Order: sequence, then structure tokens, then C-alpha cells
Amino acid sequence: MSIVVFAESSDNQFKKSTFEAISYAKEIGTLMGKEVVAVNISSIANSAELGKYGASKVLNCNNTDGFTSDSTSEIFASICKQIGASIVVVSNSYVGKSLAPRIAISLNASLATNVISVPDLSNGFTVKRGVFSGKAFAFVNLNRDIKVLAITPNSFEINANGSDCATESVSVNASPSKITINAVNKVTGKIPLTEAELVVSAGRGMKGPENWNMIEELASLIGAATACSKPVSDMGWRPHSEHVGQTGITIKPNLYIAIGISGAIQHLAGVSSSKTIVAINKDPEAPFFKSADYGIVGDAFEILPKLISALKN
Amino acid sequence: MKILVCISVVPDTTTKITFTDNDTTFNKAGVQFIVNPYDELAVTRALEIAEANNGTVTIVHVGEADSEPSIRKALSMGANEAIRINAIPVDAQFVAEEIAKIAQGYDLILTGRESIDYNGGAVCGLLGALLNIPSINVVTKIDYNSGNFTFDRDIDGGKETLTCAGPLVASAQKDLCEPRIPNMRGIMAARTKPLQIIEASVSNQAANYQSYSLPAAKGSVKLIDAENAGELINILKNEVKVI
Repeated sequence: MSIVVFAESSDNQFKKSTFEAISYAKEIGTLMGKEVVAVNISSIANSAELGKYGASKVLNCNNTDGFTSDSTSEIFASICKQIGASIVVVSNSYVGKSLAPRIAISLNASLATNVISVPDLSNGFTVKRGVFSGKAFAFVNLNRDIKVLAITPNSFEINANGSDCATESVSVNASPSKITINAVNKVTGKIPLTEAELVVSAGRGMKGPENWNMIEELASLIGAATACSKPVSDMGWRPHSEHVGQTGITIKPNLYIAIGISGAIQHLAGVSSSKTIVAINKDPEAPFFKSADYGIVGDAFEILPKLISALKN
Repeated sequence: MKILVCISVVPDTTTKITFTDNDTTFNKAGVQFIVNPYDELAVTRALEIAEANNGTVTIVHVGEADSEPSIRKALSMGANEAIRINAIPVDAQFVAEEIAKIAQGYDLILTGRESIDYNGGAVCGLLGALLNIPSINVVTKIDYNSGNFTFDRDIDGGKETLTCAGPLVASAQKDLCEPRIPNMRGIMAARTKPLQIIEASVSNQAANYQSYSLPAAKGSVKLIDAENAGELINILKNEVKVI
């Protein structure tokens, strides 16, 4: 029985969230005395590096067809069954969340998504997961023998103490997907928001989409992803994929800088797990200041140039 | 064209979340419940597709009698009929297994991307696997043309365009459409639309919610003088060591 991790990749590279998932699996493996096997269903040939994060073996299943929920799940479930997976770990990404429920059904497993902690084994198998869109946490006991866990990015630290591991090729006969992928448009050179360690976010206080160049400049100087509040995405100033909050995406970066966002309860829900929060707002009564670690009361149009010039010096 | 839309009923987005019974139960006192916002998008788009293709829309919800006002809301938006599976929706797997029992025979099944209370985002994929049909998560566009559905969907760091024939299940993401607001005629008509109640029968529960906790409160904010805003960069670099 082993712990199996889905090694998610993008553009022929393993994702940072994969390293987190393997490190996470390794920690459970150490607790339970199980080995960690990473499964690489992609066209990446060289996967030995996954050993550094705690995998004792990587199974490579060459796949050049891209990810489809039905076919990739069938391949992955079949490998999980072959090697007798008792715990399956994926990242709580769009890919991971398409995969995890299908795997859970195939393996007759218990499923938990949005998981943010290593399981507590003192009384069964209990995981902590984010609920109410970041407003609370729940402790959930998983009852079935096999467990499928989707781990929230940035909730578990990468541990790269190991060394390269053995790799093996496997092939699986799966039915062709019923889904045809017509086009994939990835925004290149940008950090995906859910995985970003640093996020610069702005709201209506920026007055219009034409003023976002300052936000982008600040973000690029510190290597951050950009995000926005709900009104900003509703008005079409920014794409909805940047909307963080209760009805957008929930993030937990190491640093969240909120500029011209008042801090409504729905917005705070999506960002309050950030490790350090900076609020910049001209209204000293803005609710964000109650949830921030650092604050600057003032006009974003005066403060942003100061921050940018401080970074350039 | 037969479309099934799964809706959940969740606390209004402005709700302050608290727990009772030693943090084991969500405190419903004074909380206003609404149709999950993503599910409203699913209902709206389902209606648009059904109206253009001479189809019908059925609403399904797993919950107790107190969620009937929300089911009636979906009917007042224009859905033809509703099914309530009478049970406390204990977790996503329970909900999906209950829905799967009535979900045969639909060309398209829609859910929301996730419910804003339990945020599992799992019911779409679970239903796909239980019914052995494709599942397509987080779609921002659905079109139907002679037997095929085309989708735009969010992927990590971008977008994807897909084609798939029904039956299939997809989950609605923001941008899919503007949620339809019921008009008076719809509200009146909804009162007499069929709402069938079925008793739940799944017994092998996959997960138990044991307790809850709230995020730790932040200490007080350290204010930096706006005149000296550059100091923030210094703090983030040298004290917090985050950049």
C-alpha cells in the first residue's frame, strides 16, 4: 500500500504545487510508514527530480493528448489500483479538482478537497479543510479505506531534502476521451494566481482600468501575481480570473497587498489566510485595516509611485 | 433537450460565520439562505439553452424542507419542475450519490463551480464518474449546436475550448451569463410548478464533519506614514523578509 501523488505539470514542467503535494505525501508516508509514488501522466520524460521532494519512485505514463477529465482520470485510477494506493494526493488546482472526484469514485474512496493540513491519525483519519470560502475551517473524518486528498497550494512547505529517485515506464490502455480539446490559451509569463506566493491586488480605488499599469509594474518588480476585487471584475476592468474573494478564488499567498480595496467581508473571506496582509486605502475607516498587518492611509496614486521608486533603488 | 441543474442552498455572502454546540454545528440563527451564486448561473444558462432548443429544465436539490423557498426561486426563474431529495446534505459524495440516482436520461447536467459554503467543487466530477459520462469543470461559456456542446473553461493559468457530445456534466463559473432575475409572472407560476420529494437512501457515508474553527484574529495593524510609503518596501524586505 502506498501514497500516490499525481505529478501535475504545465508546459512540460512539473508545477510547484506538485512539489508541495509530494512533500505533503512524504510527511504522511513517514507518519504511516508508507512509500510515496509519483505518477507522471504527461510528455515529460525526465522525472527523477521528484525524488528530491520525497517520492521513492516515479511512474511515467507517456501522454501527448493533454489533460481530459475522463481519460486522464481513467489512466490515473488504473495506475492507482495496480499499485494499491491507500492515499491519493493531488493539488487543489483546476486539474486536481477535475481529477480527484473521478478517482474517488473509481477507487471507492473518501474524498476531501481544499485540504490544508496533514491528517490527524489519532482518531481515524481527520483532515482540516477550508470552508465558507475562507471564513472558517472544518475538521473532516474520512471513513473509507482509501482516501483522495486535494491539497490547497501554498498550504504546505516544499521539502527538497531528498535526491533523484528511480523512474519506471508504465502503459495503460484507456478509452479515448469523449472530450475534444480545440484550443488551449495559456497566459505566458504570468504567475497563476492560485499558486502565487506574492499577490498585488487592486480595487475600485484605482478609478479605471487604464490605471492598472502601476499595479502591474509594482507586481512585476516583486515577482507577484495581480488580482482584483469583485466590482473591478464585474465592471470588466480586469478578467474574472483575477477576482479574489468569496465568489472568486480563495488564495493564501505569503504576501497580499490590497490597494484601493475597502475590505468587504466577501473579499476578506478569499484572502484572509494570506500570511502577511498590507492594505493601502485613502479611507482610514476601511474595514481592511482591521484585517491587515501593515497599512498605509493615503491616495494610491501618490503611494504607488513611492513604492515603485523604493523598489527600483 | 432535457437539462438537469443541481442547486445548493448556502448562507448569503455577507454572513458572519459562527458555530454552536462546541464548534460542531454551523449557527443558522439569523442567517439568510440563498441559491448558491454559481448555481444561479447554471440555472440561467440551462434555461437559455432549453428555450433555444425546445427543451426542459429540471432542478434537483438535496436538502430539507427549509430550502424550498430557494427551489421555488429556481422555478420562478423559469425551470419546469424540481426534485428535492429529502436529507441533510452531509458531504459532497453523499449529495452526488443521491443525485446520480435520478440523473439518468438528461442530455446536459449542470452544477455550480463550487458551493460557497463547503467549497468542495466536487459534485460535477463525482456525478460524471458515477454516471460514467464526461465532466467539464469551471466553464465560462456553453453553446449547443446539433448534438454537440462547446465550452470555454478556466484552466490553471489560462483558458481552454472544448467540444463534447452529451450526456455530460459541467460546472458553471462566473462569466457564463448574467443571473436571471425572476419576474412577477415567473414567481406566480412557480407556486404551482411540480416539486417532487424523494427520500434519501445512501447509507455508506464517506466523510463526517466533526468540528469547525475560525481563522485566528489578526493583531492590530501597523500603520506606515503615507509621506514615507517607501518604508513599506524596507519592512517587507528586511523585517517580514517576504520580498
